[in-house]
Amino acid sequence: MTTSGPTLLVENIHKSFGSHQVLNGISLEAQAHDVIAILGASGSGKSTLLRCINMLEMPDHGHITLRDERVAIRKDRAGRSRPSDVRQVQRMRRRLGMVFQQFNLWSHKTALENVALGPQAVLGADRKASVARAEALLTRVGLARHCGHYPCQLSGGQQQRVAIARALAMEPYAILFDEPTSALDPELVGEVLQVMRDLAAAGTTMIVVTHELGFAREVSNRTMFLHQGQIHEEGPSAEMFARPKSDRFRQFLVRTRER
Amino acid sequence: MDLFGVLSRFWPNFLSGVGTTLMITAICIPVGAVFALPLAILRDRGNRVLSAPIRLYVSFFRGTPALTQLFLIYYGSGDFRPTLQQVGFWWLFKEPLLCALLAFTLNTIAYQVEIVRGGLQGVAGGEIEAGRAIGMGNIALYRHVILPHAYRLALPALGNEVILLMKSSAIASVITIYDLMGETRRVYARTFDFSAYFWAAVLYLALTTLFVRGWHRIERASTRHQSAQPAVLPETILPMAFVRKMPR
Repeated sequence: MTTSGPTLLVENIHKSFGSHQVLNGISLEAQAHDVIAILGASGSGKSTLLRCINMLEMPDHGHITLRDERVAIRKDRAGRSRPSDVRQVQRMRRRLGMVFQQFNLWSHKTALENVALGPQAVLGADRKASVARAEALLTRVGLARHCGHYPCQLSGGQQQRVAIARALAMEPYAILFDEPTSALDPELVGEVLQVMRDLAAAGTTMIVVTHELGFAREVSNRTMFLHQGQIHEEGPSAEMFARPKSDRFRQFLVRTRER
Repeated sequence: MDLFGVLSRFWPNFLSGVGTTLMITAICIPVGAVFALPLAILRDRGNRVLSAPIRLYVSFFRGTPALTQLFLIYYGSGDFRPTLQQVGFWWLFKEPLLCALLAFTLNTIAYQVEIVRGGLQGVAGGEIEAGRAIGMGNIALYRHVILPHAYRLALPALGNEVILLMKSSAIASVITIYDLMGETRRVYARTFDFSAYFWAAVLYLALTTLFVRGWHRIERASTRHQSAQPAVLPETILPMAFVRKMPR
């Protein structure tokens, strides 16, 4: 499929909770095969940004465009943003994967069922085909032998890899990662990052909120540093890590490395 | 007192009573479940206009004795006979058994609404969010994520409700229904031998015990996903029962 615009276009997102302004005009453009790392201290709005992109939170202002389809937003009588067409949001989410910090696997379903359910329930895929594909995807993330396991029988790293396979099963145009390794024991971080490296190498378009500086530097081609709901600094990752321009980003790097 | 004499003489009465008690339970519980689910969802999703009458309904049927409800329906309906005949509902209130079924169903709906609502509220928010994030609409979300969880959470309380109804259906005997309690009263009236009530107690205990055993099996099967050990056999999406029947 050819498209004229970027895979994902995020324009001027504002979001506040009550009087607290969390996002203050953030824009972002992801071309196909881009891996964009989003860094920032806690409370800088990184996770809220991701949740606004797939509209788990409705942005107060701004627009999301996935492969040339802009999601229409209206204001309700109280002045809050609402999707003009819920179906359109659902259609967008089908092609915009999300990987959560807490994995959020469906605990009553096996690893295989977790991966196969999306295509079956949402895309109307054939049962046999989606199961075969789920097996292939679990093999790809190194879990071929864990198809029949329930989430509580898997380690955190394994659960997160199932969650990545679950996102991949929808054949998304891009995948959002919300601090995918932050809830993991340190020795399990590597296996998840390795899967994400493989995805990046295979050309998957990814937006990754992370605290893993090494991953951001080596895998992402662009990095954004958020501060107080705004983009404080952004650019090609290699350049940003080699020559941070702003003091704040430099401080952030130093402090995060020291941890 | 002739413990075994009563049983050997009147066992067909007891048996037919057991049948009626089981029939009342087997009708009221599932019919109640069918109505309780949508009401629980409406109550849970909190539209104030819609959930207010449901709250009123629930508090009435949970806050008054089942015997009172039964009398209200059975004797009360007589006062409205002309009206009921006019609207074509008299058949429902004419028969004591139908009155009892109606009363117990209305009663169990109220309890089941609260039980299911508790289950709905217990579903992990993250799993619902994962469903939304993958593009599920409300129907798919309820079907694949919320309801399977909610009913697993609600199973113990639902089992309890089945037992409570099975026992409280005994009050149907006061409006001439020959359920287990009704048959027992009839046997007692003919023998003046209180061992009739002894056998009634034994039979109620047997019914509830058997039910509890079966229900535990269902609970165990449905919480498989919480056991630390992965299933040894089939790594498959098909339900276990189906897999066992498949040729190897």
